[in-house]
Amino acid sequence: MYRYDDYDHTIIQERVKQFAGQTQRYLAGELSGPEFLPLRLQNGLYVQRMAPMLRICVPYGMLSSVQLRRLARITRDYDKGYAHFTTRQNVQLNWPRLEDAPAILAELADVEMHAVQTSGNCIRNTTTDQFAGVTPDEIIDPRPYCELIRQWSTFHPEFAFLPRKFKIAVNACPDVDRAAIKVHDIGIQIVRNDAGEIGYAVLVGGGLGRTPIIASQIRDFLPEKDLLTYLEAIIRVYNRYGRRDNKYKARIKILVKALTPEGFAEKVEAEWQQIKAGPAHLTEAEIERIKQHFTLPAYEKFPGGSEALATARAESAHFSNWVARNVSAHRQPGYAAVTLTLKVLGVPPGDVTDTQLEALADLADRFSFSELRVTHEQNVVLADVREDDLYALWQTIKPLGFATPNLNTLTDVICCPGGDYCSLANAKSIPVAEAIQARFDDLDYLYDLGPIDLNISGCMNACGHHHVGNIGVLGVDKKGEEWYQVSLGGDSGLNASIGQILGPSFARDQMPDVIQTILDTYVEQRESEELFVDTFRRIGLKPFKERVYGASN
Amino acid sequence: MAHLIKQSAVQADEWSQLARGADAEALTSATGKILVHVGDWLQHAASLADKDTQQIGIWFDSDDEPEHLGENCQRFALIAVNFPAFTDGRGYSIGRLIRERYRYQGELRAIGDVLVDQVFFMKRCGFDAFALREDKRVEAALDALKAFSQTYQGAVDNPIPLFRRRLS
Ligand code: SF4
Repeated sequence: MYRYDDYDHTIIQERVKQFAGQTQRYLAGELSGPEFLPLRLQNGLYVQRMAPMLRICVPYGMLSSVQLRRLARITRDYDKGYAHFTTRQNVQLNWPRLEDAPAILAELADVEMHAVQTSGNCIRNTTTDQFAGVTPDEIIDPRPYCELIRQWSTFHPEFAFLPRKFKIAVNACPDVDRAAIKVHDIGIQIVRNDAGEIGYAVLVGGGLGRTPIIASQIRDFLPEKDLLTYLEAIIRVYNRYGRRDNKYKARIKILVKALTPEGFAEKVEAEWQQIKAGPAHLTEAEIERIKQHFTLPAYEKFPGGSEALATARAESAHFSNWVARNVSAHRQPGYAAVTLTLKVLGVPPGDVTDTQLEALADLADRFSFSELRVTHEQNVVLADVREDDLYALWQTIKPLGFATPNLNTLTDVICCPGGDYCSLANAKSIPVAEAIQARFDDLDYLYDLGPIDLNISGCMNACGHHHVGNIGVLGVDKKGEEWYQVSLGGDSGLNASIGQILGPSFARDQMPDVIQTILDTYVEQRESEELFVDTFRRIGLKPFKERVYGASN
Repeated sequence: MAHLIKQSAVQADEWSQLARGADAEALTSATGKILVHVGDWLQHAASLADKDTQQIGIWFDSDDEPEHLGENCQRFALIAVNFPAFTDGRGYSIGRLIRERYRYQGELRAIGDVLVDQVFFMKRCGFDAFALREDKRVEAALDALKAFSQTYQGAVDNPIPLFRRRLS
């Protein structure tokens, strides 16, 4: 992973000092609340339910065991002994004291971590595929490009007060998109042209929230070294012309829609022509330097795969099921990427205790070159596990609750904190997830259904990405009561689409039955191995609608 | 009155700003160094033809486009950019364009809601004068101008990004 040099250390330490001073001036009354607000937001501190939360940046989801242990210690010393993995590959502390924030940031800086630009109207943490660098699907490792973007966007002087928050995601797989780039403000698809050169297809204006929109591609092939100048052109156009009069119309997607993607692309092109040859044009040397931080670990050679794995799979059906769901292919023969499930009944998705963080650090040390990744589905990945070690790993993580073999199935729910924890919520989301998890606990049934994304948000802000769930659930407020609207057919991947609303909303206790009826309809209508989302695309909303509302009448 | 900070010191402000929408009459009757809104200048330039351009400054609001003045900005002794609210970030882009695209060399001043914690970014975007809001402490702003000794990306103060310096 990327290691700081003296420059990076200096910048982050100066940031810690700067924020300590800002906090002091705020507490002394020199800075008003509204004046302090964007400063603390850009340091990751935001307030919900009266208590501040601290969102810590995990660049493209990568954490070392040293960082995990430091996080565990921080949650013990400054918080209530747990942290929360967010849907954007960040880590959040729920109960820090504002007065302690400078000290926490200093502790983080020691281990090359920070909370820079994790909130506020600025360029946020760039996210990517959780299997970056190890998946056989990708054409090149996207992480060096994410790091180039991270450095360029950190304290960018022109873009610290954008109309609204700004999120960039990068994908390097031609056939699958685990980074959901089409629902980001900018999506970068790394591509190779006919001449074999690396470049980018650039998409803009995707997003969820109140106005869900799939991004439009404004450039098919941007040469590799033009990355930063082109981003600068896009964001400059947005900074100048994005709406600032209405918070709900301030995202870039609204500007792109207003100008049309073609009109927006023209403005960007005109701006880019002026700056493309400038000093921000990347150099071969810099791209190489950054790539050196993401070299392969010291893999052992395993010609011919793992015999131990084949034997263990033959002996244990449970183990074999887990391997089938939770273990992913690796570009290095004899290695695998393993997803550890963090979601258990009764605990908000993404929450991890200090001891769990330490257990994860131990696992990373023992099995995966001391590194681990956070996924946007709020699980974690050990990316470099020897196939020979999979059985031992499975046995180690089973008692820890990290081996639920339900990955990508219905019960691997993406769910926002909702009304139990979030002041903006219309409705609780976690109890809905739990009721569904409790109802559909038969693994054979789940495996038969195949991959289904169930995403739940407690309000229009869509932190649970309900629009792009194959099944999406949105908490709505009906005369002070909590109701749930269901949508079908959403997809965050390569063929991204926004789900269609099924019809009138439901009471919470109806939800498991409604989901059951939807699944029944799918099972009856599907052709052979067809995925849920493909069946939906083929037959449309109507059959589902008729069954659900016919049945409940 | 705002504290005008230039070259790390508080200086007297010799300029009087004319509100947006000043007519020819108001422009010609104003004496001394006057700061004219860019729209008014474009409309009434002829009526100021006799005035020494060293006595004329131009100010932009955050929704004004530096393109409208283009390289003509170079004739003026002062260009000011208004930040109607400190959270309105358009002025940063305007500053960079005036310096980088239209090669303005004179004084570039941030006016309006200019607070302590924004001056570093303003400086990077080409501002060299800051009309710090009057309730803010000058020493705090002078410190804030030095918040970072290193920066990743190039801007007006140092066009060479760190990645090009790192390697040399
Ligand atoms: S979707 Fe709404 S309820 Fe859920 S976390 Fe986001 S703001 Fe809170």
